[in-house]
Amino acid sequence: MSINSTTKKVDSVTVIGLSGKITIGEECKHLRETIRGQLSEGTKSILLNLGDISYIDSTGIGELVSSFTSVSRQGGQLKLLNLTKKVHDLLQITKLVTVFDIFEDEAKAVKSFGSTQA
Amino acid sequence: MAKETIRVEITLESNLKHVELIEVIAQTVAKQCGFGEDGLHEILMAVHECAINAICHGNKEDLQKQVGLSLSVHPDRLEIRVRDQGKSFNPNDVPDPLDKENLMKPAGRGILLIQAFMDEFRVGRCENWGNEVIMTKRLPSPSQPEKGGVGREHQ
Repeated sequence: MSINSTTKKVDSVTVIGLSGKITIGEECKHLRETIRGQLSEGTKSILLNLGDISYIDSTGIGELVSSFTSVSRQGGQLKLLNLTKKVHDLLQITKLVTVFDIFEDEAKAVKSFGSTQA
Repeated sequence: MAKETIRVEITLESNLKHVELIEVIAQTVAKQCGFGEDGLHEILMAVHECAINAICHGNKEDLQKQVGLSLSVHPDRLEIRVRDQGKSFNPNDVPDPLDKENLMKPAGRGILLIQAFMDEFRVGRCENWGNEVIMTKRLPSPSQPEKGGVGREHQ
């Protein structure tokens, strides 16, 4: 499997750092289970740090969309941090830059969630 | 008509574990053509999406079926063909993933990405196979260094 994740809490926000690839198969499954795990623990504010993601395919993009939808349905928010140029280009091509809140600065991203969510 | 200089063909069991090999072969040939980092990445993405489509959608992950890859280097372009043994497929039947009602769907973006990364994309039927996707990308010219941008049609 070519994906790893780390989790840390910054104020009320769970920051998930992903590295490697988000592609069809085990990598997408890993992301899905990571998000599912956070939701089952009641996490509502998730910031995905994609700074170390080298490659996302269309299935991976779909997984990001599904993650966004799952978190939103639970009344939470999922935002993105530190996109590489390649990943940003992908979200531009797919028009998903209009869907995701994207940040380059972790502190600003954390602040954007406000203080009302866990 | 310019003479073809290199042609590489491989046929593999229709198995997702072979996608990486298909990518490596395509990238190796593309590197020989002089593509830079951005071009190689675009070719990798297009071939990856195409191979996934062939194996998952064309061949329905049937390990008894095969997937074919063919790369032809012409003086002005790299032509990549990916074949499956699936039923006829019309890319125009795929809902536009950029339409508002499809934007949040989890699937259906593969062809959009292929079209964004390659100069030409078309689908036909191939004798003794099934669907054949033909993609081409112009070779980088020494006098016109490769541009780093992607998504020409969507910018």
